[in-house]
Amino acid sequence: MGVLLAACALAAVVFLLLIALYLILAGLPAIRKAGLGEFLLGTVWDSTNAEAPRFGILPMLLTSLWGAAGAVVLGVPVGFFTAVYLAKAAPRPLARVLRPAVSLLAGIPSVVYGLVGMCALVPALRAALDLPAGDSLLAAVIVLAVMILPSVIDLTTTALEAVPREYEEGSLALGATEAETWLRVSAPAARSGIAAAVVLGVGRALGEAMAILMVAGNVPNMPGLLRSVRFLTTGIAIEMNYASPGSLQRQALFSIGLVLFVFILLVNLLLNRTLKGRKGA
Amino acid sequence: MQKRFLPVLMLCLLLTGCGGREPPAGLQGTVSTDGSTSMADVMAVLQEAFREKCPGVTVNYSGTGSGAGVEAALSGACDIGLTSRELRPEEAAQGAAAHLIALDAVAVVVNPCRPLEDLSLERLAGIFTGRITTWDQLGCGEGPIAVYGREAGSGTRTAFEDLAGVADRCAYTNIYGSTGDVVGSVASNPNAIGYASLASAGEDVRTVKIGSVPCTEDTVRSGDYPLRRPFLMVTRRDARLGEAASAFLDFARSGEAAGYLSLAGAIAP
Amino acid sequence: MAKGRRRRAWNLLAAALPRLGALVTVGLLAFVAGYVLWRGLPGLSWALLTQEESVLHGQVGIAPCILNTVYVIAVSLAAALPLGVGAAVYLTEYAPRRRLAAAVEFAAETLSGLPSILYAMVGSILFCTVLGLQKSLLAGSLTLAIMTLPTVIRATQESLKTVPRSYREGALGLGAGKWRTVRTVVLPSSVRGIAAGCILAAGRVVGESAVLLYTAGLSTAMQDFSSLSGLVKASGSTLTVALYVYAKERSDFTTAFAVATVLLFLTVLLNLTAGAVGRRR
Repeated sequence: MGVLLAACALAAVVFLLLIALYLILAGLPAIRKAGLGEFLLGTVWDSTNAEAPRFGILPMLLTSLWGAAGAVVLGVPVGFFTAVYLAKAAPRPLARVLRPAVSLLAGIPSVVYGLVGMCALVPALRAALDLPAGDSLLAAVIVLAVMILPSVIDLTTTALEAVPREYEEGSLALGATEAETWLRVSAPAARSGIAAAVVLGVGRALGEAMAILMVAGNVPNMPGLLRSVRFLTTGIAIEMNYASPGSLQRQALFSIGLVLFVFILLVNLLLNRTLKGRKGA
Repeated sequence: MQKRFLPVLMLCLLLTGCGGREPPAGLQGTVSTDGSTSMADVMAVLQEAFREKCPGVTVNYSGTGSGAGVEAALSGACDIGLTSRELRPEEAAQGAAAHLIALDAVAVVVNPCRPLEDLSLERLAGIFTGRITTWDQLGCGEGPIAVYGREAGSGTRTAFEDLAGVADRCAYTNIYGSTGDVVGSVASNPNAIGYASLASAGEDVRTVKIGSVPCTEDTVRSGDYPLRRPFLMVTRRDARLGEAASAFLDFARSGEAAGYLSLAGAIAP
Repeated sequence: MAKGRRRRAWNLLAAALPRLGALVTVGLLAFVAGYVLWRGLPGLSWALLTQEESVLHGQVGIAPCILNTVYVIAVSLAAALPLGVGAAVYLTEYAPRRRLAAAVEFAAETLSGLPSILYAMVGSILFCTVLGLQKSLLAGSLTLAIMTLPTVIRATQESLKTVPRSYREGALGLGAGKWRTVRTVVLPSSVRGIAAGCILAAGRVVGESAVLLYTAGLSTAMQDFSSLSGLVKASGSTLTVALYVYAKERSDFTTAFAVATVLLFLTVLLNLTAGAVGRRR
């Protein structure tokens, strides 16, 4: 019986290896044909040009980076302070209602956020900023920030609530105000939970495809806040159905997938090391 | 409007008789069709009409694009591929057989509030290649022009770019994944101009004349409208099509189906 | 003293920021939910939920999509549950070798962080092409099973950990073997937690769209669920995919928002159920 259960456990490892292996096998040919340098640093993505197709993913790579960074810069501070409110500052009855409400919103499908972004945010941006069209990196960043808010708040609130009361009581006894206690004692004590929230936020922002597909414009431009842009994820999504199996275009899409996979692994490793590593044993 | 015509139309068709043999009503099975997004409305009508003839057959449609549709048909991933452009020589060489079921035009659409009536092919090319960038350069009010197009590999994009002579030179503001998407987005942005299948260009957008030729059934059939392309069902020449699939294919090519095409905005060949 | 004034200013800010954050969060999330309801409720009707759509008769209906959603939830959970519970049991009960357990946990965590578009790509190759399932709900469900495996594993692990050691010791003391202990004592005690985990996984499945878009197809016609071959070949859109199709491909925003409203209610329902099931002790 133990062997059977061990096999079940190994399933997760097997699946991960399968995915990684397939991405590598399917993704390398196009990278080899286009050349790693041209692939990663080339600035033109023109995958269906009959004579001279070009597969430079730098615009998409940078867009994903900036997009995730923007979402985190907008979303994490708002999420952090909201969590402080929910965990510490809010009257208990209010917190009891708000917390489940916020965590509930973490479960809303991403297409719903995309739909609201498409119908409310994009026209508003176009009108307010006098653009040809409102689909832009800015729209995507705002949508992503709203999407990662609930998860960030949830994790951070849990982390803050787990801080031992003695720490806070000690701080108050020493004369600190409540606000000073929250920000100078509780938050640092909850560092690892907050770091986990940031990692989750970055991961979700890097991996989102559907909502961004609906608000970002999808032209593989170099990233500009008000320009139509294509992320690594939407780069795959928008051409996947159209690329004929076996064609160089299809292989190039798998190469993007490989880059995305490696990217996410690296970002996770990096963030885990710098953010969580500082915590004491 | 069309609901009133339908019973009359069906009565006429029944009375005049339809071309092709009648499929057995007890036929069972699933037919998978894959391909052009421009053919979505046509497929919706044909699916339903065929279901009323043979309730035991489920016809599925996936809008994945003309290129992918041909590939799926050739590789056997689907029964019938759908494309909204002519077959390429290499596709025919690989064994693809095309069956014409309708004609369609690539309509150039703008937002209804934009007073643009007519465009020459040359100006059209100017807009889509980024030479003309604001609406007042065309004398149609103010604002920057937002050029909407389709993603690489789309049959509509290929057809438009080839017929308008701007292949590989277009500068798009936004790129969309389906013809319906372009129409919906143009309908909600006063600055936008885009191209879409005539079948999908409904009342939410204004269709522009090209070289003073309006985009209508007659001009398309006669060839006066320059941007026209075929709706094709693609099968493998050397493979036998299943019973349900070949019954559906026969139905789609029949005169009876031609009557339904106008409901979908397509033009009978 | 300048220090006192600075401290007071800092405190004012520090006390205001959490409230501000909470206001922004609540405002944004209320806007999203409110906007969806405002545009979606008018289009919602019993007819919409129970009919299929018909161009010839000019009616819209999402009943096929609802059925497809049920199918996908059922099949993906049926596949993920045995594997997930088995893996979790192995990890917590069978004193596993450190490295194997670490590998499994790493794999599970990585799998849960992968972008859904990567699952879509690999799933469409593995299940649709290699295993010959073509674009079908079955292929989509199996891909989603891999995706929700980590959720099931984690929820089961948490649940197993809360079973008191005394239960296990008691059973072992009475002479029961390891597997018998697990089967008759530990698992039944953790059923609630596992069920809550399943509902959470179901929530993830409901919210997923990218994977299904590329593995299960876009058809909104009623599928044939009456025969085995019909079940295997059924291919269509679930609620989230239908939302995408109606919004982007058909520009039918009335129906799209109605579907969004249904999804909103479904998310609330699943969340409340998971909470209720998990909480009762």
